[in-house]
Amino acid sequence: MKRIILNYEQVDLIITRLCHQLVENHEDFSNTALLALQPRGILFGRAIQQKLKALFSIDATYGELDTTFHRDDFRRTDKPLIPNKINIDFNIEKKRIIIIDDVLYTGRSIRAALDAINDYGRPNSVELATLINRKYRREVPIQPDYVGEQIDSRADDYVKVEWENSQCKVWIITDK
Amino acid sequence: MSQLSSKHLLGIKDITLADIKLIFQTADNFKEVLNRPIKKVPSLRDVTVANVFFENSTRTKISFELAEKRLSADVVNFSSASSSVKKGETLIDTVNNILAMKVDMVVMRHPAPGAHQFLSRHINANIINAGDGTHEHPTQALLDAFSLREKMGDLNGKKIVIVGDILHSRVALSNIYCLQKLGARVRVCGPPTLLPKHIESLGVEVSHNLKDSLQWCDAANMLRIQLERQEDKFFPSLREYSLQYGVSLPLLQSLQNEIVLMHPGPINRGVEITSEVADSKQSIILDQVENGVAIRMAVLYLLAART
Repeated sequence: MKRIILNYEQVDLIITRLCHQLVENHEDFSNTALLALQPRGILFGRAIQQKLKALFSIDATYGELDTTFHRDDFRRTDKPLIPNKINIDFNIEKKRIIIIDDVLYTGRSIRAALDAINDYGRPNSVELATLINRKYRREVPIQPDYVGEQIDSRADDYVKVEWENSQCKVWIITDK
Repeated sequence: MSQLSSKHLLGIKDITLADIKLIFQTADNFKEVLNRPIKKVPSLRDVTVANVFFENSTRTKISFELAEKRLSADVVNFSSASSSVKKGETLIDTVNNILAMKVDMVVMRHPAPGAHQFLSRHINANIINAGDGTHEHPTQALLDAFSLREKMGDLNGKKIVIVGDILHSRVALSNIYCLQKLGARVRVCGPPTLLPKHIESLGVEVSHNLKDSLQWCDAANMLRIQLERQEDKFFPSLREYSLQYGVSLPLLQSLQNEIVLMHPGPINRGVEITSEVADSKQSIILDQVENGVAIRMAVLYLLAART
């Protein structure tokens, strides 16, 4: 069974709310950078970056990070781990970093991202913003600071974030 | 296509165009890694690689070793000069002994063409050919093509000439296979004594005229004269070779187009190319060395994924 849990308007409202929360903590973003995770977090990251500009005229420093080489399942999964492009044209040292990803589930990609960030320098702080937080399957002690929507789902459910022309809806697929 | 078609890299002849493209795409990412403040990723942290060199090597060995270390692999080095090979041990016994110490990958250079094929049938580890006699040197061909692609874009339809000692060169054979798979037109140029018989059966053009070949091409790969493999005299003297087949600045400037120059190293300065040419902006020799590490990281990474 496949059903929509967030439609275009709801996601748009969520992004607006998250931007307000981010500005509340980071004010003018002068020492803050957004770091979206490849491959699927970048569309959400770009949406946040654009919304910050539209709502607050904030030109947030923005980068895209790929964590493939830092993943802990290399040689342990049949799925090939093919890297994506990294695009970080600013210095991470002493910045306040906000990691952006679409779905937080086991937490392992965020663990890999924390590792990967260290290769670029030592940020002052790292926070995590996620569109969907699937609560019940965390495998490492990682929790988000900014959450779009919290959902309770079973391990064999699949959450699909679908972007079309910078609009987004979220499906949950159960009993595949 | 998201993984290599083979578990070994024995030669360019055995891999597909999709494999080459995947290696290039992965090497692009590793090039980015090599420009980070911390040039190391943990991907191969539970992998042990043996570098087994039955022939001398400086840059290939260093390049592989650096690539392995940048990927966090454990590395053991073995060279035949200081080993039991001198006591008469066979190739399989030597390598099996190394593998008994739980080595996952073997990077090998061996003077016998086909040594890697032979080994791949007998042992259970990923094998990477770092040069087998006068046969193939796949990672060199990959890094040459990668460097050219970086400089000139897609190689489809581009014209590349390989100049010099084609007869003894494993770099030449691997380059021919690799460039042709990428759609480039390849010409070989050298004195008749240094071109193998029937080389045109590989689909390459043959020329003995350097100036004409340089006019024709978009890029030239100047091979090293392998002084150590020249027991027989293939040309009267180095000076004569250099006059006929060496590239000098006046020759380069007399061409209509600005061509790209490569050299797999080590350069015999003043023989294949003069010092001014080697250090000119048309030369991508140092890019080749830099890209060598990224290409080898990509090969190691992609093969390690195929356990």
